[in-house]
Amino acid sequence: MRHQAMSRVKTQHSPGATAARILRSLGIHALLLAGATIMLAPFAWMISTSLKDYSEVFTVPIRWIPSRLVWSNYVDAWNEAPFARYFFNSAFVATVTTIGQLVFSALAAYAFATMNFFGREVIFTLFLGTMMIPDQMTLVPNYVLLFRLNWIDTYYALIVPWLGSVFSIFLMRQFFQTIPKELYDAAQIDGCSRFGYLWRVMVPLSRPVFITCGLFTFIGSWNAFLWPLIVTNTDRMRTIQVGLSTFMQEHGTVPTLLMAASTMAIMPVVIGFFFVQRQFIQGIARTGLKS
Amino acid sequence: MPVRRFTAKDAARRRRYLKETFTAYLYLLPATAVLVTFHFAPVFYAFYVSLLDWNYISPNPTFVGFANYAALLKDSDFITSLINTVYYVIGTVPTSMAVALFVAILLNQKIRGLAWYRTVYFLPVITAANAVAIIWFWIYHPDYSGLLNGLLDRLGLPIQSWLLDPKWAMPCIILMSIWKGLGYNVVIFLAGLQNISSEYYEAAQIDGAKGWSIFRYITWPLLSPTTFFVLIISVIGSFQVFSQVYVMTRGGPLKSTLVVVYYLYKIGFEDFKMGYASAMAYALFMIIFTLTLLQRKYIGSRVYYQ
Repeated sequence: MRHQAMSRVKTQHSPGATAARILRSLGIHALLLAGATIMLAPFAWMISTSLKDYSEVFTVPIRWIPSRLVWSNYVDAWNEAPFARYFFNSAFVATVTTIGQLVFSALAAYAFATMNFFGREVIFTLFLGTMMIPDQMTLVPNYVLLFRLNWIDTYYALIVPWLGSVFSIFLMRQFFQTIPKELYDAAQIDGCSRFGYLWRVMVPLSRPVFITCGLFTFIGSWNAFLWPLIVTNTDRMRTIQVGLSTFMQEHGTVPTLLMAASTMAIMPVVIGFFFVQRQFIQGIARTGLKS
Repeated sequence: MPVRRFTAKDAARRRRYLKETFTAYLYLLPATAVLVTFHFAPVFYAFYVSLLDWNYISPNPTFVGFANYAALLKDSDFITSLINTVYYVIGTVPTSMAVALFVAILLNQKIRGLAWYRTVYFLPVITAANAVAIIWFWIYHPDYSGLLNGLLDRLGLPIQSWLLDPKWAMPCIILMSIWKGLGYNVVIFLAGLQNISSEYYEAAQIDGAKGWSIFRYITWPLLSPTTFFVLIISVIGSFQVFSQVYVMTRGGPLKSTLVVVYYLYKIGFEDFKMGYASAMAYALFMIIFTLTLLQRKYIGSRVYYQ
Protein backbone atom coordinates (compact mmCIF):
# COMPACT_ATOMS: atom_id res chain seq x y z
CA MET A 1 0.00 0.00 0.00
CA ARG A 2 2.66 2.44 1.08
CA HIS A 3 5.01 1.28 -1.62
CA GLN A 4 2.43 1.96 -4.24
CA ALA A 5 1.96 5.46 -2.89
CA MET A 6 5.71 5.99 -2.90
CA SER A 7 6.14 4.94 -6.50
CA ARG A 8 3.40 7.34 -7.48
CA VAL A 9 5.17 10.20 -5.68
CA LYS A 10 8.44 9.31 -7.37
CA THR A 11 7.18 8.99 -10.92
CA GLN A 12 5.76 12.50 -11.27
CA HIS A 13 7.93 13.64 -14.16
CA SER A 14 6.01 16.42 -15.79
CA PRO A 15 8.18 19.03 -17.58
CA GLY A 16 7.17 21.61 -14.97
CA ALA A 17 8.42 19.43 -12.13
CA THR A 18 11.75 18.84 -13.87
CA ALA A 19 12.25 22.55 -14.42
CA ALA A 20 11.42 23.22 -10.78
CA ARG A 21 13.95 20.60 -9.70
CA ILE A 22 16.71 22.11 -11.82
CA LEU A 23 15.90 25.58 -10.53
CA ARG A 24 15.99 24.33 -6.96
CA SER A 25 19.32 22.63 -7.52
CA LEU A 26 20.74 25.82 -9.04
CA GLY A 27 19.56 27.80 -6.04
CA ILE A 28 21.23 25.37 -3.63
CA HIS A 29 24.51 25.54 -5.52
CA ALA A 30 24.37 29.33 -5.66
CA LEU A 31 23.99 29.51 -1.87
CA LEU A 32 26.71 26.92 -1.22
CA LEU A 33 29.11 28.59 -3.65
CA ALA A 34 28.56 31.95 -1.98
CA GLY A 35 29.41 30.33 1.35
CA ALA A 36 32.44 28.57 -0.11
CA THR A 37 33.70 31.89 -1.47
CA ILE A 38 33.52 33.42 2.01
CA MET A 39 35.36 30.39 3.40
CA LEU A 40 38.16 30.63 0.84
CA ALA A 41 38.47 34.41 0.48
CA PRO A 42 40.71 34.94 3.53
CA PHE A 43 43.13 32.27 2.27
CA ALA A 44 43.13 33.79 -1.19
CA TRP A 45 43.77 37.19 0.36
CA MET A 46 46.64 35.74 2.37
CA ILE A 47 48.31 34.18 -0.67
CA SER A 48 47.67 37.25 -2.82
CA THR A 49 49.23 39.59 -0.22
CA SER A 50 52.16 37.24 0.30
CA LEU A 51 53.06 37.60 -3.40
CA LYS A 52 52.62 41.36 -3.71
CA ASP A 53 55.25 44.01 -3.86
CA TYR A 54 55.18 46.02 -0.61
CA SER A 55 54.02 49.15 -2.46
CA GLU A 56 51.05 47.31 -3.90
CA VAL A 57 49.62 46.25 -0.54
CA PHE A 58 48.18 49.66 0.19
CA THR A 59 46.74 50.46 -3.24
CA VAL A 60 43.09 51.47 -3.42
CA PRO A 61 41.02 49.78 -4.78
CA ILE A 62 42.34 46.40 -3.67
CA ARG A 63 44.14 44.40 -6.32
CA TRP A 64 43.58 40.64 -5.93
CA ILE A 65 46.10 39.57 -8.55
CA PRO A 66 49.50 41.17 -7.99
CA SER A 67 50.88 42.94 -11.08
CA ARG A 68 54.16 41.15 -10.44
CA LEU A 69 54.58 37.98 -8.36
CA VAL A 70 57.19 38.69 -5.70
CA TRP A 71 58.30 35.20 -4.67
CA SER A 72 61.21 36.71 -2.82
CA ASN A 73 58.83 37.61 0.03
CA TYR A 74 59.02 33.96 1.03
CA VAL A 75 62.79 33.96 0.93
CA ASP A 76 62.92 37.20 2.91
CA ALA A 77 60.47 35.95 5.55
CA TRP A 78 62.38 32.66 5.80
CA ASN A 79 65.61 34.56 6.39
CA GLU A 80 64.18 37.14 8.80
CA ALA A 81 63.52 34.54 11.49
CA PRO A 82 64.75 30.98 12.15
CA PHE A 83 61.79 29.40 10.36
CA ALA A 84 63.75 26.28 9.48
CA ARG A 85 64.22 25.66 13.19
CA TYR A 86 60.55 26.44 13.95
CA PHE A 87 59.43 23.98 11.29
CA PHE A 88 61.77 21.30 12.50
CA ASN A 89 60.54 21.78 16.09
CA SER A 90 56.88 21.58 15.08
CA ALA A 91 57.40 18.54 12.88
CA PHE A 92 59.49 16.77 15.50
CA VAL A 93 57.14 17.55 18.40
CA ALA A 94 54.00 16.63 16.43
CA THR A 95 55.50 13.36 15.15
CA VAL A 96 56.85 12.17 18.49
CA THR A 97 53.66 13.20 20.30
CA THR A 98 51.51 11.36 17.76
CA ILE A 99 53.51 8.12 17.80
CA GLY A 100 53.96 8.10 21.57
CA GLN A 101 50.34 8.88 22.21
CA LEU A 102 49.11 6.17 19.83
CA VAL A 103 51.33 3.57 21.55
CA PHE A 104 50.34 4.59 25.09
CA SER A 105 46.66 4.77 24.16
CA ALA A 106 46.68 1.42 22.37
CA LEU A 107 48.24 -0.31 25.38
CA ALA A 108 45.70 1.20 27.79
CA ALA A 109 42.74 0.59 25.46
CA TYR A 110 43.86 -3.02 25.01
CA ALA A 111 43.76 -3.57 28.78
CA PHE A 112 40.32 -1.94 29.09
CA ALA A 113 38.86 -3.84 26.14
CA THR A 114 40.20 -7.36 26.62
CA MET A 115 41.34 -7.87 30.22
CA ASN A 116 39.32 -8.54 33.30
CA PHE A 117 41.01 -6.83 36.23
CA PHE A 118 40.46 -5.25 39.62
CA GLY A 119 39.13 -1.67 39.44
CA ARG A 120 38.53 -1.64 35.69
CA GLU A 121 35.25 0.30 35.72
CA VAL A 122 36.42 2.76 38.38
CA ILE A 123 39.65 3.56 36.55
CA PHE A 124 37.85 3.95 33.24
CA THR A 125 35.29 6.30 34.77
CA LEU A 126 38.08 8.39 36.30
CA PHE A 127 39.75 8.56 32.89
CA LEU A 128 36.54 9.79 31.29
CA GLY A 129 36.18 12.33 34.09
CA THR A 130 39.44 14.03 33.10
CA MET A 131 37.83 14.91 29.75
CA MET A 132 35.64 17.38 31.67
CA ILE A 133 38.66 19.37 32.84
CA PRO A 134 39.46 22.36 30.64
CA ASP A 135 43.14 22.66 29.66
CA GLN A 136 43.42 26.10 31.29
CA MET A 137 42.92 24.40 34.63
CA THR A 138 46.22 22.55 34.31
CA LEU A 139 48.34 25.42 32.93
CA VAL A 140 49.67 26.72 36.24
CA PRO A 141 50.30 23.35 37.96
CA ASN A 142 51.99 21.89 34.89
CA TYR A 143 54.14 24.96 34.43
CA VAL A 144 55.26 24.77 38.07
CA LEU A 145 56.02 21.07 37.74
CA LEU A 146 58.05 21.52 34.55
CA PHE A 147 59.90 24.41 36.17
CA ARG A 148 60.86 22.14 39.08
CA LEU A 149 61.97 19.42 36.66
CA ASN A 150 64.03 21.97 34.74
CA TRP A 151 62.03 21.09 31.65
CA ILE A 152 60.98 24.63 30.63
CA ASP A 153 62.17 25.34 27.08
CA THR A 154 62.87 21.69 26.24
CA TYR A 155 61.20 19.17 23.95
CA TYR A 156 60.04 17.27 27.04
CA ALA A 157 57.80 20.20 27.98
CA LEU A 158 56.26 20.24 24.51
CA ILE A 159 55.75 16.49 24.22
CA VAL A 160 55.39 14.60 27.51
CA PRO A 161 52.21 16.24 28.89
CA TRP A 162 50.36 15.29 25.68
CA LEU A 163 51.28 11.62 25.54
CA GLY A 164 48.11 10.58 27.34
CA SER A 165 44.78 11.03 25.60
CA VAL A 166 41.54 9.81 27.10
CA PHE A 167 39.84 10.55 23.81
CA SER A 168 42.10 8.13 21.89
CA ILE A 169 41.89 5.48 24.61
CA PHE A 170 38.11 5.74 24.53
CA LEU A 171 37.89 5.44 20.72
CA MET A 172 40.34 2.54 20.54
CA ARG A 173 38.60 0.68 23.36
CA GLN A 174 35.27 1.01 21.52
CA PHE A 175 36.86 -0.45 18.41
CA PHE A 176 38.82 -3.21 20.15
CA GLN A 177 35.62 -4.38 21.84
CA THR A 178 34.05 -5.13 18.47
CA ILE A 179 36.79 -7.65 17.60
CA PRO A 180 35.49 -11.14 18.51
CA LYS A 181 37.14 -12.87 21.45
CA GLU A 182 37.31 -16.14 19.51
CA LEU A 183 40.05 -14.57 17.44
CA TYR A 184 42.17 -14.24 20.57
CA ASP A 185 41.62 -17.87 21.52
CA ALA A 186 42.59 -18.96 18.03
CA ALA A 187 45.71 -16.81 18.07
CA GLN A 188 46.69 -18.20 21.47
CA ILE A 189 46.46 -21.74 20.17
CA ASP A 190 48.81 -20.68 17.40
CA GLY A 191 51.25 -19.55 20.06
CA CYS A 192 50.61 -15.83 19.88
CA SER A 193 51.53 -13.91 23.03
CA ARG A 194 49.30 -11.29 24.63
CA PHE A 195 51.37 -8.43 23.29
CA GLY A 196 51.79 -10.16 19.94
CA TYR A 197 48.01 -10.31 19.61
CA LEU A 198 47.73 -6.56 20.12
CA TRP A 199 50.56 -5.76 17.74
CA ARG A 200 49.87 -8.30 14.99
CA VAL A 201 46.07 -8.68 15.09
CA MET A 202 44.34 -5.81 16.91
CA VAL A 203 46.34 -2.90 15.51
CA PRO A 204 46.12 -3.94 11.83
CA LEU A 205 42.39 -4.60 12.23
CA SER A 206 41.84 -1.17 13.80
CA ARG A 207 43.61 0.93 11.19
CA PRO A 208 40.75 3.45 10.71
CA VAL A 209 40.75 4.28 14.42
CA PHE A 210 44.51 4.70 14.49
CA ILE A 211 44.37 6.99 11.47
CA THR A 212 41.63 9.10 13.06
CA CYS A 213 43.38 9.39 16.43
CA GLY A 214 46.73 10.01 14.78
CA LEU A 215 45.35 12.81 12.60
CA PHE A 216 43.63 14.50 15.54
CA THR A 217 46.79 14.37 17.61
CA PHE A 218 49.12 15.50 14.84
CA ILE A 219 46.98 18.47 13.78
CA GLY A 220 46.27 19.40 17.39
CA SER A 221 49.96 19.34 18.16
CA TRP A 222 50.96 21.27 15.03
CA ASN A 223 48.33 23.96 15.73
CA ALA A 224 48.85 24.17 19.51
CA PHE A 225 49.51 27.71 20.63
CA LEU A 226 48.89 28.57 24.29
CA TRP A 227 50.97 25.75 25.81
CA PRO A 228 54.07 26.15 23.56
CA LEU A 229 53.79 29.91 24.08
CA ILE A 230 54.10 29.42 27.82
CA VAL A 231 56.80 26.74 27.99
CA THR A 232 59.22 28.01 25.34
CA ASN A 233 61.27 31.17 25.57
CA THR A 234 64.06 30.82 23.00
CA ASP A 235 64.04 30.39 19.22
CA ARG A 236 65.78 27.07 19.72
CA MET A 237 62.55 25.54 21.06
CA ARG A 238 59.77 27.68 19.55
CA THR A 239 57.25 25.85 17.38
CA ILE A 240 56.03 27.34 14.12
CA GLN A 241 52.90 28.83 15.72
CA VAL A 242 54.79 30.55 18.51
CA GLY A 243 57.52 31.59 16.07
CA LEU A 244 54.86 33.11 13.83
CA SER A 245 53.50 35.18 16.69
CA THR A 246 57.01 36.38 17.63
CA PHE A 247 57.56 37.22 13.98
CA MET A 248 54.34 39.25 13.98
CA GLN A 249 55.50 41.27 16.98
CA GLU A 250 58.72 42.11 15.17
CA HIS A 251 57.45 42.55 11.61
CA GLY A 252 53.80 43.42 12.16
CA THR A 253 54.01 46.36 9.78
CA VAL A 254 55.24 44.35 6.79
CA PRO A 255 52.11 42.48 5.66
CA THR A 256 53.82 40.86 2.68
CA LEU A 257 56.35 39.05 4.87
CA LEU A 258 53.76 38.32 7.53
CA MET A 259 51.43 36.71 4.99
CA ALA A 260 54.28 34.73 3.48
CA ALA A 261 55.13 33.44 6.96
CA SER A 262 51.45 32.62 7.69
CA THR A 263 51.16 30.77 4.39
CA MET A 264 54.20 28.69 5.28
CA ALA A 265 52.75 27.89 8.72
CA ILE A 266 49.34 26.91 7.35
CA MET A 267 50.28 25.08 4.16
CA PRO A 268 51.71 21.80 5.51
CA VAL A 269 48.46 21.06 7.35
CA VAL A 270 46.27 22.21 4.45
CA ILE A 271 48.14 20.07 1.91
CA GLY A 272 48.15 17.09 4.25
CA PHE A 273 44.44 17.63 4.85
CA PHE A 274 43.59 17.30 1.15
CA PHE A 275 45.06 13.80 1.16
CA VAL A 276 43.26 12.58 4.25
CA GLN A 277 40.16 14.79 4.35
CA ARG A 278 37.78 11.87 3.89
CA GLN A 279 39.09 9.85 6.84
CA PHE A 280 39.42 12.99 8.92
CA ILE A 281 35.90 14.28 8.35
CA GLN A 282 34.40 10.82 8.75
CA GLY A 283 36.36 10.49 11.97
CA ILE A 284 34.89 13.73 13.29
CA ALA A 285 31.39 12.82 12.23
CA ARG A 286 31.65 9.42 13.91
CA THR A 287 33.33 10.43 17.12
CA GLY A 288 31.45 13.67 17.47
CA LEU A 289 28.18 11.84 17.59
CA LYS A 290 29.35 9.07 19.86
CA SER A 291 30.73 11.04 22.78
CA MET B 1 21.89 -25.52 52.52
CA PRO B 2 25.21 -26.89 51.33
CA VAL B 3 28.25 -24.87 52.29
CA ARG B 4 30.26 -23.81 49.28
CA ARG B 5 33.83 -24.92 49.76
CA PHE B 6 36.82 -22.96 48.69
CA THR B 7 38.20 -25.40 46.15
CA ALA B 8 41.41 -25.71 44.20
CA LYS B 9 39.49 -24.48 41.16
CA ASP B 10 38.58 -21.24 42.94
CA ALA B 11 42.18 -20.74 43.97
CA ALA B 12 43.30 -21.16 40.38
CA ARG B 13 40.69 -18.68 39.17
CA ARG B 14 41.77 -16.21 41.84
CA ARG B 15 45.42 -16.58 40.84
CA ARG B 16 44.50 -16.00 37.22
CA TYR B 17 42.52 -12.88 38.14
CA LEU B 18 45.44 -11.50 40.16
CA LYS B 19 47.85 -12.24 37.36
CA GLU B 20 45.59 -10.61 34.81
CA THR B 21 45.18 -7.55 37.05
CA PHE B 22 48.93 -7.25 37.27
CA THR B 23 49.32 -7.52 33.48
CA ALA B 24 46.53 -5.01 32.89
CA TYR B 25 48.18 -2.50 35.21
CA LEU B 26 51.42 -2.85 33.27
CA TYR B 27 49.57 -2.03 30.05
CA LEU B 28 47.81 0.90 31.68
CA LEU B 29 50.93 2.30 33.32
CA PRO B 30 52.36 4.61 30.61
CA ALA B 31 49.13 6.40 29.74
CA THR B 32 48.01 6.50 33.36
CA ALA B 33 51.29 7.99 34.54
CA VAL B 34 50.95 10.84 32.03
CA LEU B 35 47.25 11.42 32.68
CA VAL B 36 47.61 11.42 36.45
CA THR B 37 50.69 13.67 36.43
CA PHE B 38 49.55 16.22 33.87
CA HIS B 39 45.76 16.12 33.91
CA PHE B 40 44.40 14.63 37.11
CA ALA B 41 46.73 15.67 39.92
CA PRO B 42 46.92 19.27 38.60
CA VAL B 43 43.23 19.73 39.42
CA PHE B 44 44.02 19.25 43.10
CA TYR B 45 47.34 21.04 42.96
CA ALA B 46 45.67 24.01 41.25
CA PHE B 47 43.27 24.24 44.16
CA TYR B 48 46.16 24.26 46.64
CA VAL B 49 47.99 26.92 44.60
CA SER B 50 44.80 29.00 44.47
CA LEU B 51 45.08 29.38 48.26
CA LEU B 52 48.58 30.89 47.97
CA ASP B 53 50.17 34.19 47.17
CA TRP B 54 53.02 32.86 45.05
CA ASN B 55 55.20 33.76 42.05
CA TYR B 56 56.26 30.05 41.47
CA ILE B 57 59.97 30.79 42.03
CA SER B 58 59.94 31.85 45.66
CA PRO B 59 60.56 28.85 47.97
CA ASN B 60 58.08 30.02 50.63
CA PRO B 61 54.70 31.00 49.28
CA THR B 62 52.30 32.82 51.61
CA PHE B 63 49.14 30.94 52.52
CA VAL B 64 46.21 33.31 52.08
CA GLY B 65 43.20 31.00 52.34
CA PHE B 66 40.32 32.08 50.11
CA ALA B 67 41.63 35.62 49.70
CA ASN B 68 42.30 35.09 45.98
CA TYR B 69 38.68 34.08 45.41
CA ALA B 70 37.44 37.08 47.40
CA ALA B 71 39.75 39.33 45.36
CA LEU B 72 38.34 37.89 42.12
CA LEU B 73 34.84 39.05 43.00
CA LYS B 74 36.15 42.57 43.56
CA ASP B 75 38.45 42.62 40.52
CA SER B 76 36.72 44.82 37.97
CA ASP B 77 38.98 43.47 35.20
CA PHE B 78 37.88 39.93 35.98
CA ILE B 79 34.22 40.95 35.94
CA THR B 80 34.85 42.72 32.62
CA SER B 81 36.54 39.63 31.23
CA LEU B 82 33.57 37.49 32.28
CA ILE B 83 31.07 39.85 30.65
CA ASN B 84 33.17 39.99 27.49
CA THR B 85 33.44 36.21 27.38
CA VAL B 86 29.68 35.84 27.74
CA TYR B 87 29.24 38.43 24.97
CA TYR B 88 31.61 36.37 22.82
CA VAL B 89 29.79 33.08 23.55
CA ILE B 90 26.37 34.58 22.84
CA GLY B 91 27.69 36.25 19.69
CA THR B 92 29.35 33.10 18.38
CA VAL B 93 27.38 30.00 19.33
CA PRO B 94 23.78 30.62 18.15
CA THR B 95 24.81 32.21 14.84
CA SER B 96 27.38 29.55 14.10
CA MET B 97 24.88 26.79 14.88
CA ALA B 98 22.09 28.32 12.79
CA VAL B 99 24.31 28.92 9.75
CA ALA B 100 25.93 25.48 10.10
CA LEU B 101 22.54 23.78 10.25
CA PHE B 102 21.40 25.69 7.16
CA VAL B 103 24.55 24.69 5.23
CA ALA B 104 24.23 21.07 6.40
CA ILE B 105 20.62 20.94 5.18
CA LEU B 106 21.70 22.29 1.79
CA LEU B 107 24.50 19.71 1.63
CA ASN B 108 22.06 16.95 2.53
CA GLN B 109 19.95 17.50 -0.64
CA LYS B 110 21.83 14.79 -2.58
CA ILE B 111 23.77 17.42 -4.51
CA ARG B 112 26.83 17.00 -6.69
CA GLY B 113 30.19 18.05 -5.30
CA LEU B 114 29.29 17.26 -1.69
CA ALA B 115 32.83 16.18 -0.79
CA TRP B 116 34.30 19.31 -2.34
CA TYR B 117 31.98 21.68 -0.46
CA ARG B 118 32.54 19.80 2.78
CA THR B 119 36.31 20.09 2.42
CA VAL B 120 36.13 23.82 1.67
CA TYR B 121 33.87 24.57 4.63
CA PHE B 122 36.11 22.48 6.85
CA LEU B 123 39.37 24.09 5.79
CA PRO B 124 39.39 26.89 8.41
CA VAL B 125 38.82 24.31 11.15
CA ILE B 126 42.13 22.56 10.60
CA THR B 127 44.22 25.72 10.26
CA ALA B 128 45.87 27.14 13.37
CA ALA B 129 43.78 29.83 15.10
CA ASN B 130 46.75 32.13 15.60
CA ALA B 131 47.75 31.90 11.92
CA VAL B 132 44.28 32.70 10.59
CA ALA B 133 44.01 35.47 13.18
CA ILE B 134 46.98 37.10 11.43
CA ILE B 135 45.09 36.98 8.12
CA TRP B 136 41.99 38.50 9.71
CA PHE B 137 44.11 41.12 11.42
CA TRP B 138 44.85 42.45 7.94
CA ILE B 139 41.33 41.90 6.66
CA TYR B 140 40.27 44.28 9.46
CA HIS B 141 42.99 46.79 8.59
CA PRO B 142 41.66 50.22 9.62
CA ASP B 143 42.31 52.07 6.34
CA TYR B 144 41.11 51.54 2.78
CA SER B 145 43.64 48.79 2.07
CA GLY B 146 41.89 46.39 4.48
CA LEU B 147 39.75 43.80 2.71
CA LEU B 148 36.63 44.58 4.71
CA ASN B 149 36.97 48.36 4.38
CA GLY B 150 37.72 47.93 0.69
CA LEU B 151 34.42 46.08 0.29
CA LEU B 152 32.47 48.66 2.30
CA ASP B 153 34.04 51.45 0.30
CA ARG B 154 33.03 49.84 -2.97
CA LEU B 155 29.46 49.56 -1.67
CA GLY B 156 29.58 53.24 -0.80
CA LEU B 157 29.44 52.63 2.97
CA PRO B 158 31.61 54.44 5.52
CA ILE B 159 34.75 52.57 6.57
CA GLN B 160 35.46 51.59 10.20
CA SER B 161 38.58 51.21 12.29
CA TRP B 162 37.43 47.70 13.38
CA LEU B 163 39.93 46.24 15.84
CA LEU B 164 40.93 49.71 17.01
CA ASP B 165 37.36 50.60 17.86
CA PRO B 166 36.11 49.36 21.27
CA LYS B 167 32.62 49.04 19.80
CA TRP B 168 33.70 46.89 16.85
CA ALA B 169 36.65 44.87 18.20
CA MET B 170 34.58 42.11 19.79
CA PRO B 171 32.17 41.70 16.83
CA CYS B 172 35.29 41.37 14.64
CA ILE B 173 36.65 38.56 16.81
CA ILE B 174 33.21 36.93 16.84
CA LEU B 175 32.92 37.06 13.04
CA MET B 176 36.36 35.52 12.58
CA SER B 177 35.56 32.78 15.11
CA ILE B 178 32.28 31.90 13.39
CA TRP B 179 34.14 31.63 10.10
CA LYS B 180 36.78 29.42 11.71
CA GLY B 181 34.48 27.05 13.59
CA LEU B 182 31.56 26.76 11.17
CA GLY B 183 32.84 23.72 9.26
CA TYR B 184 33.08 21.58 12.36
CA ASN B 185 29.43 22.19 13.19
CA VAL B 186 28.46 21.59 9.54
CA VAL B 187 30.13 18.18 9.55
CA ILE B 188 28.46 17.12 12.81
CA PHE B 189 25.03 18.39 11.71
CA LEU B 190 25.42 16.66 8.34
CA ALA B 191 26.22 13.38 10.05
CA GLY B 192 23.17 13.88 12.27
CA LEU B 193 20.93 14.57 9.28
CA GLN B 194 22.21 11.51 7.46
CA ASN B 195 21.38 9.46 10.54
CA ILE B 196 17.69 10.24 10.29
CA SER B 197 15.99 7.32 8.61
CA SER B 198 14.46 8.19 5.23
CA GLU B 199 11.29 6.35 6.28
CA TYR B 200 10.24 9.35 8.36
CA TYR B 201 10.48 11.63 5.33
CA GLU B 202 8.67 9.19 3.08
CA ALA B 203 5.84 8.86 5.59
CA ALA B 204 5.62 12.64 5.94
CA GLN B 205 5.50 13.09 2.18
CA ILE B 206 2.63 10.66 1.91
CA ASP B 207 0.81 12.65 4.56
CA GLY B 208 1.32 15.70 2.34
CA ALA B 209 3.82 17.53 4.58
CA LYS B 210 5.84 20.25 2.86
CA GLY B 211 9.19 22.08 3.33
CA TRP B 212 8.89 23.96 6.59
CA SER B 213 6.58 21.54 8.36
CA ILE B 214 8.85 18.61 7.46
CA PHE B 215 11.71 20.53 9.06
CA ARG B 216 9.66 21.60 12.08
CA TYR B 217 8.04 18.27 12.88
CA ILE B 218 10.55 15.71 11.59
CA THR B 219 14.06 17.04 11.07
CA TRP B 220 14.24 19.33 14.11
CA PRO B 221 13.04 16.83 16.76
CA LEU B 222 14.98 13.91 15.28
CA LEU B 223 18.11 16.02 15.01
CA SER B 224 17.86 17.27 18.59
CA PRO B 225 20.51 14.92 20.08
CA THR B 226 23.01 16.30 17.52
CA THR B 227 21.92 19.89 18.12
CA PHE B 228 22.28 19.39 21.84
CA PHE B 229 25.76 17.91 21.44
CA VAL B 230 26.88 20.79 19.21
CA LEU B 231 25.46 23.29 21.70
CA ILE B 232 27.33 21.79 24.66
CA ILE B 233 30.72 21.55 22.98
CA SER B 234 30.36 24.97 21.34
CA VAL B 235 29.64 26.65 24.65
CA ILE B 236 32.54 24.88 26.36
CA GLY B 237 34.91 25.68 23.49
CA SER B 238 33.85 29.33 23.23
CA PHE B 239 34.46 29.98 26.91
CA GLN B 240 38.10 29.09 26.25
CA VAL B 241 38.74 31.59 23.43
CA PHE B 242 42.37 32.76 23.51
CA SER B 243 44.50 32.74 20.32
CA GLN B 244 42.36 35.22 18.35
CA VAL B 245 42.45 37.71 21.20
CA TYR B 246 46.17 37.24 21.80
CA VAL B 247 47.03 37.84 18.16
CA MET B 248 44.52 40.50 17.14
CA THR B 249 43.83 42.75 20.14
CA ARG B 250 45.63 41.66 23.34
CA GLY B 251 42.39 42.34 25.17
CA GLY B 252 42.10 45.92 23.90
CA PRO B 253 41.09 48.48 22.92
CA LEU B 254 39.98 49.73 26.35
CA LYS B 255 39.63 46.12 27.56
CA SER B 256 36.75 45.61 25.13
CA THR B 257 38.06 42.14 24.16
CA LEU B 258 39.57 41.15 27.50
CA VAL B 259 38.33 37.54 27.86
CA VAL B 260 38.81 35.17 30.79
CA VAL B 261 41.55 32.90 29.39
CA TYR B 262 43.54 35.83 28.05
CA TYR B 263 43.29 37.55 31.45
CA LEU B 264 44.33 34.28 33.13
CA TYR B 265 47.35 34.05 30.83
CA LYS B 266 48.31 37.66 31.61
CA ILE B 267 47.99 37.24 35.38
CA GLY B 268 49.71 33.85 35.45
CA PHE B 269 52.41 34.12 32.82
CA GLU B 270 53.15 37.82 32.50
CA ASP B 271 52.61 38.96 36.10
CA PHE B 272 53.43 35.51 37.55
CA LYS B 273 50.66 35.64 40.16
CA MET B 274 50.20 31.87 40.20
CA GLY B 275 47.76 31.76 43.11
CA TYR B 276 45.46 34.35 41.62
CA ALA B 277 45.62 32.71 38.17
CA SER B 278 44.70 29.34 39.71
CA ALA B 279 41.72 30.84 41.50
CA MET B 280 40.63 32.22 38.14
CA ALA B 281 41.07 28.82 36.48
CA TYR B 282 38.86 27.30 39.18
CA ALA B 283 36.23 29.98 38.70
CA LEU B 284 36.24 29.32 34.94
CA PHE B 285 35.98 25.58 35.50
CA MET B 286 33.04 26.01 37.87
CA ILE B 287 31.26 28.30 35.41
CA ILE B 288 31.69 25.88 32.50
CA PHE B 289 30.71 22.93 34.69
CA THR B 290 27.57 24.65 36.02
CA LEU B 291 26.53 25.79 32.55
CA THR B 292 26.95 22.26 31.20
CA LEU B 293 24.80 20.86 34.02
CA LEU B 294 22.15 23.54 33.47
CA GLN B 295 22.05 22.81 29.75
CA ARG B 296 21.70 19.11 30.45
CA LYS B 297 18.87 19.75 32.89
CA TYR B 298 16.83 22.31 30.95
CA ILE B 299 17.62 21.54 27.33
CA GLY B 300 18.71 17.90 27.61
CA SER B 301 15.25 16.96 28.91
CA ARG B 302 13.70 18.24 25.69
CA VAL B 303 15.96 16.19 23.45
CA TYR B 304 14.14 13.55 21.48
CA TYR B 305 15.94 10.25 20.94
CA GLN B 306 14.98 8.05 17.97
